[in-house]
Amino acid sequence: MTATTEINKIINEDNLVYKKTNLLLDNEMHYCPGCTHGVIHKVIAEVIDEMDIQNETIGVSPVGCSVLAYNYIDIDWQEAAHGRAPALATATSRLMPEKYVFTYQGDGDLASIGCAEIIHACNRGENIVVFFVNNAIYGMTGGQMAPTTLEGQVTATTPYGRNTALNGHTMKITEMIALLPGTRYVTRQSAETPAAVRKLKKAVRKAFENTTEKKGLSFIEIVGTCSSGWKLTPTQSNEWMKENMFPFYQLGTLKDE
Amino acid sequence: MKTNKIFISGDEAAAYGVKLCRPHVIAAYPITPQTITVERLSEMVEKGEMDGEYMHVESEHSAISVCMGASSVGARTFTASSSQGLLYMAEGLHYASGGRYPIVMMNANRSVALPWSIYGDHRDSLSLLDCGWIQVYVEDAQEALDMMIQAYRIAEHKDVLTPMMVNLDGFILTHTYELVEIPDQQKVDEFLPAFVTPNKMSFEEPKNLAFSSKPDDNTEFKYQQNQAVLKSIDVIKEVDQEFEATFGRKYHDMVEEYRCEDAEVVLVAIGSVCGTVRVVVDKLREEGMKVGLLKIRFMRPFPEQEVKDLAKRVKAIGVIDKDISFGYEGTVYTNVNSAISKVENYVYKSNFIGGLGGRDITKAEIEDMFHKLYAGLDKSREEKVEFFSLNVETNE
Repeated sequence: MTATTEINKIINEDNLVYKKTNLLLDNEMHYCPGCTHGVIHKVIAEVIDEMDIQNETIGVSPVGCSVLAYNYIDIDWQEAAHGRAPALATATSRLMPEKYVFTYQGDGDLASIGCAEIIHACNRGENIVVFFVNNAIYGMTGGQMAPTTLEGQVTATTPYGRNTALNGHTMKITEMIALLPGTRYVTRQSAETPAAVRKLKKAVRKAFENTTEKKGLSFIEIVGTCSSGWKLTPTQSNEWMKENMFPFYQLGTLKDE
Repeated sequence: MKTNKIFISGDEAAAYGVKLCRPHVIAAYPITPQTITVERLSEMVEKGEMDGEYMHVESEHSAISVCMGASSVGARTFTASSSQGLLYMAEGLHYASGGRYPIVMMNANRSVALPWSIYGDHRDSLSLLDCGWIQVYVEDAQEALDMMIQAYRIAEHKDVLTPMMVNLDGFILTHTYELVEIPDQQKVDEFLPAFVTPNKMSFEEPKNLAFSSKPDDNTEFKYQQNQAVLKSIDVIKEVDQEFEATFGRKYHDMVEEYRCEDAEVVLVAIGSVCGTVRVVVDKLREEGMKVGLLKIRFMRPFPEQEVKDLAKRVKAIGVIDKDISFGYEGTVYTNVNSAISKVENYVYKSNFIGGLGGRDITKAEIEDMFHKLYAGLDKSREEKVEFFSLNVETNE
């Protein structure tokens, strides 16, 4: 038996254990090796596919690396000005209440320049889902300090490490958001192991399901990596994240009503 | 003369220029393609090479507000931005000019969304021509560095007290490397005295700053503000002359004429594309065509006198605009045209719009513009506003 026929025997529907969701397009991703965006995109695409809501879902992309998310997940998308995704999503969701509307924002977009919009959208209890990807740095502009940067962390604008006396304290925006009465589900997840990805997927599913009950905003923080910004290899990045970010940004659900 | 030349990018050149001016406060929010400037400055501050303080802020809107707060207690301040960031600052830009705070800013010229683009054109700063800031456009990294030093002298002049924006083309200048001479710190210190302003909070002379006005005095505030910007024309000339005497480089004040002495046909441009136009001018001159370049350096105040002087001598003027004021024409063209209309002789004019969102403007395209201007002289072409090298059907 030739090698080709052997392979053809293996490649058949009966043996299929895993398949890339059709919602994830075949465009080559621009994300750096080791970046968490790819996995998060996959999880969101899978959940939308499994819930069969592709034609009812509208994504609002931020300014930052994931501004190009529309190239990868096959749903309708729109872009907002830097930090304004929750305001834009508010309007879309109110005018099209039957749709699943979500924003996908980084820590520069959500925790820094867009801090006002996210707080107010959460406080109003908009019926949207917010994905907040936190890698403790401004990734797209080349690794400068963000509000989420850890104390002592070296960035392009804090070459000797973040000094909280000068640069302020590291911001736990998710904890702040959990205090707001308009939020219904607030959780912090990660995506560095298969187990973490499975947990993240459950959270994403729950958040989208909450949309149908119109009981307030669901907020998922995903602690992720930025190998390029951190100047580490993908493996080192995961290690650095586990050692430094997880103790400060503790994983788990803060609110589930 | 011993010189200190290093190989750096335009962004870094701007940072070195700022460092030499010893600002007390730098507040900025990173945005491509300005980031390298603020990274270098934060590094210089952290290494102790600069005495100033670098403030990390949560947005451009906050950056300009921090600069106003610092300037209002007599501190020399710097910020840098680009594109969306500059537009997000827009409210504060008017505050700063109205408050007469001589803040200096570097703007890395970049296109404006939508469509979202990180690449260069002049739509960001030209849409803010009316915000009361002095605006200069530079052609290379050395000019970027030198203009930082000149900018503080101009902005802080007692008769001017107006903020100033130094514009350099995103990527074309910010991210390309050149050999740049770093002036001697002592010479800069002599050239640029400490910032002294009557316009600051002080226990010796208690006063309110940044207050409200009513219809009976608002026009007077704005009249005085306009007079101050007009007055800067003299200051710009004075400063450039003194700069040449001190550092050996000059930038020809408001505009630079290149091979315009006996020119019949002249292209007008701002920013880095002037470098390409120079090369084309040299080529066409060799072929016997009497062509030239007018590099407009300052868009505000506008070099009306210089444009009029040129218009009296030439037969055709073309204007390259890396911007479009939708529903009309390019903004540089509108301004140039307004000056040309004040001379008695007829000048054939055309507006060439292109290079938007980072598209290169090639030598061949510039050569074509000169030929079109010549065609205007023998009446085989009408005066027009045209987008050049379009890849869509125009049906015009």
